[in-house]
Amino acid sequence: MTNHEYDVVIVGAGGAGMRAALESSQGARTAVLTKLYPTRSHTGAAQGGMAAALANVEDDNAEWHTFDTVKGGDYLVDQDAAEILCTEAVDAVLDLEKMGLPFNRTTAGTIDQRRFGGHTRGHGEAAVRRACYAADRTGHMILQTLYQQCIKQEVEFFNEFYVLDLILDGDPQAATASADVAVAGVIAYELATGEVHTFRAKSVIFATGGAGKVFKTTSNAHTLTGDGMALALRRGIPLEDMEFFQFHPTGLAGLGILLSEAARGEGGILRNSTGERFMERYAPTIKDLAPRDMVARAMANEVREGRGCGPAKDYVLLDLTHLEPAHIDAKLPDITEFARTYLGVEPYTEPIPVFPTAHYAMGGIPTTVRGEVLRNNTDVIKGLYAAGECACVSVHGANRLGTNSLLDINVFGKRSGVAAAEYAKTAKLAPMPADADAAVAGQVASLRATVGSSDGTEKVADVRRELQETMDRNVQVFRTDESLREAAAVIVGLKKRFENVAIHDRGQRFNTDLLEAIELGFLLDLAEVVVAGALARKESRGGHYREDFPERDDKNFMRHTMAYATSKGVKLDYKPVVVTKYQPMERKY
Amino acid sequence: MTATAEAPAEIGAVETFEVTLRVKRQNPEGNDAHGPGEEYWEEFQLTCLATDRVLDALHQIKWNVDGTLNFRRSCAHGVCGSDAMRINAKNRLACSTLLKDLNPARPITVEPIAGLPVLKDLIVDMEPFFASYREIMPFLMTTGPTPERERLQSPEDRERFDDTTKCILCAACTTACPVFWTDGQYFGPQAIVGAHRFIFDSRDEGQWERLEILNDRAGVWKCRTAFNCTEACPRGIEVTKAISEVKHALNTGEV
Ligand SMILES: Cc1cc2nc3c(=O)[nH]c(=O)nc-3n(C[C@H](O)[C@H](O)[C@H](O)COP(=O)(O)OP(=O)(O)OC[C@H]3O[C@@H](n4cnc5c(N)ncnc54)[C@H](O)[C@@H]3O)c2cc1C
Ligand code: FES
Repeated sequence: MTNHEYDVVIVGAGGAGMRAALESSQGARTAVLTKLYPTRSHTGAAQGGMAAALANVEDDNAEWHTFDTVKGGDYLVDQDAAEILCTEAVDAVLDLEKMGLPFNRTTAGTIDQRRFGGHTRGHGEAAVRRACYAADRTGHMILQTLYQQCIKQEVEFFNEFYVLDLILDGDPQAATASADVAVAGVIAYELATGEVHTFRAKSVIFATGGAGKVFKTTSNAHTLTGDGMALALRRGIPLEDMEFFQFHPTGLAGLGILLSEAARGEGGILRNSTGERFMERYAPTIKDLAPRDMVARAMANEVREGRGCGPAKDYVLLDLTHLEPAHIDAKLPDITEFARTYLGVEPYTEPIPVFPTAHYAMGGIPTTVRGEVLRNNTDVIKGLYAAGECACVSVHGANRLGTNSLLDINVFGKRSGVAAAEYAKTAKLAPMPADADAAVAGQVASLRATVGSSDGTEKVADVRRELQETMDRNVQVFRTDESLREAAAVIVGLKKRFENVAIHDRGQRFNTDLLEAIELGFLLDLAEVVVAGALARKESRGGHYREDFPERDDKNFMRHTMAYATSKGVKLDYKPVVVTKYQPMERKY
Repeated sequence: MTATAEAPAEIGAVETFEVTLRVKRQNPEGNDAHGPGEEYWEEFQLTCLATDRVLDALHQIKWNVDGTLNFRRSCAHGVCGSDAMRINAKNRLACSTLLKDLNPARPITVEPIAGLPVLKDLIVDMEPFFASYREIMPFLMTTGPTPERERLQSPEDRERFDDTTKCILCAACTTACPVFWTDGQYFGPQAIVGAHRFIFDSRDEGQWERLEILNDRAGVWKCRTAFNCTEACPRGIEVTKAISEVKHALNTGEV
């Protein structure tokens, strides 16, 4: 076992983690722990753009952006946080440009902007060009640029270190409102050696990304297993709004690989088996550029009503054939290549088979606008921060607008980095028990002991597949009391079976077999929370659609879900939504 | 082993076929049959779908047959750069190589990329590779006060270095380069690509510092224009062209 001490430890080297590191490492000794090499993080997969009301190509302002974010989020957005997001957006984009990010340019040489779903001018009058972009590789450019700046600033990385535990001083649930609970550090497992490391730190920032692998069909990487969220939950920290998961309309049918909404922003059209542009019926004003939850449901509905395409009538078509090939090559080169590589479809001449894919966790670890992690509706854990997709500020509410996440990771990544370093200036290291690593060491040892033993009868891959299949079947675009109860029952069974899994690899070095088992444990815990929140939320709002309760119910449910893990299972509580300017109204486009 | 497609597929079902994967293995701790660090080949017979990629086949082995098989992967659609491997003697990303495009009638060979130390099975030590990248100072260098708004750049100037911005640092190019394999000093095509991305960016003012590094012993003159790198790049970057543009800049003093 090796011990380390830092002012600030950042867990995760995606956009949020590295943006935070660029701030905190300026004034505080910072280490970034990441289970992947930084440039492998899934921020690099982001395609379409990053929102900011630069007004480079047409009239726009931060207030319109805020309104769109609140309305897009179906009024579950904390409006104070959304104001910050949209106001600081302009500097967030300009900062990246100054760091060297190669944005696409207008003929005037300024950053070019394009349309994206749900982004409008004048509170919904018409679509506005707000997304700053670099072809369909905006996330790649952000990730590369931030990594390059980290090299310049000599940020210290611990690559292929898996954080498997969070150590707190004090029990977030037992402590009374006035008592302090502080972060002490994290425990990490080094992939290359199998060694367990203890990192003490004054501040810890979680920036571990999403949890899309809870579902089978997803745009998320294999490694997006919600580690940070699950670790927080296990240590008594609530998770907020986990039932809100975004299903992106245009995943490659059967595969889930994403085709950016930029395809529709550039003029692409969704069609059903009769060739009809069906979004005209669902969102007469902005049609194919309606928010994602609406488009995804419309697509699923077309399929359900028999207007799907293909031999099994189980997808719809994304039509780009009316666009100039040169325009496609300039603006959408990567995603059209995905269609060619993975489905053998030529987008110049053939429409692309698409269907909704699990894409983004709106919920996560609850934080203040400074990134501080909440342990209940009001009290923070000292020194603990979260940012990016693993956090819930909440700026996305019940449905995130496209291009608002790359914005989120930059704005709140920066804010948490600043706050963590500032806190570390005056704080002392919290006490760390000598055996702080015992839980992780024990877990690793007992999984290793299952190799070749007769007790372990379950395979990680089987349990994971069954979890993902039940989530796709029962907790996707359409949900009912019945489907959710079925999912809940299946998860209970899978959790039992998980206790009995056996792995194959007893090695110390590069034992990814062992880590996949641990990651499955995270997925099971999170799936349980998603389903519990969804069962209790007897309304439809944003990404959460209950067929048995198809209306939004502001009287009973305009509030955030706060889910706690207890020995008796998931306990739900609620937190008020912060409303500043915008009273809820019907969401029509 | 045979690649005969199954009898007419059900409506909506994807065709399946049989395939043999020959994987080059190495376990630093050894196992029942092989000593620590010993290299050996192992064959796996698999039933795969017509839409399956090499990565799916590797997962099938890992998840159902042998959990000790090791490889890196994350995004599974060719954008994160985790899974460059030598597949049928050519560097490619396992996640964007379809089995059916590889002539599945014959065994498909999968080896680690060459020229970097193998750590376990298909996992190599990427540190020397990233160290070369860091050496060329891959970040925007400017002088003078920072402007309020964005630095201006015309679409044509932006286009000038577009190709090399696509790099995902997968190391397919560098580990396909015969000079890199034999010359312990050469820092390889990727580092030159990484430098090119800044040298030809109109906003950057560090081009001469970088060109000086590339002019060095370990630099651009080692390239023998074998074109392996260009063929290997999964992002379609014209690596050899980028290298020759750097050579040209050094020869003429103009970028
Ligand atoms: C295909 C796709 C396209 C998208 N396009 C857009 C877009 O155009 N615009 C937009 O705004 N948003 C987009 N999004 C969403 C956006 O990209 C993500 O929400 C965002 O990039 C998440 O960034 P992050 O920094 O929070 O996490 P990530 O980039 O996922 O990084 C997570 C980091 O945490 C580390 N980590 C995880 N677990 C552990 C652990 N246990 N120990 C140590 N380290 C750990 C990982 O190594 C990684 O470095 C897209 C998403 C996808 C999937
Ligand atoms: S797994 Fe990301 S490039 Fe292949």
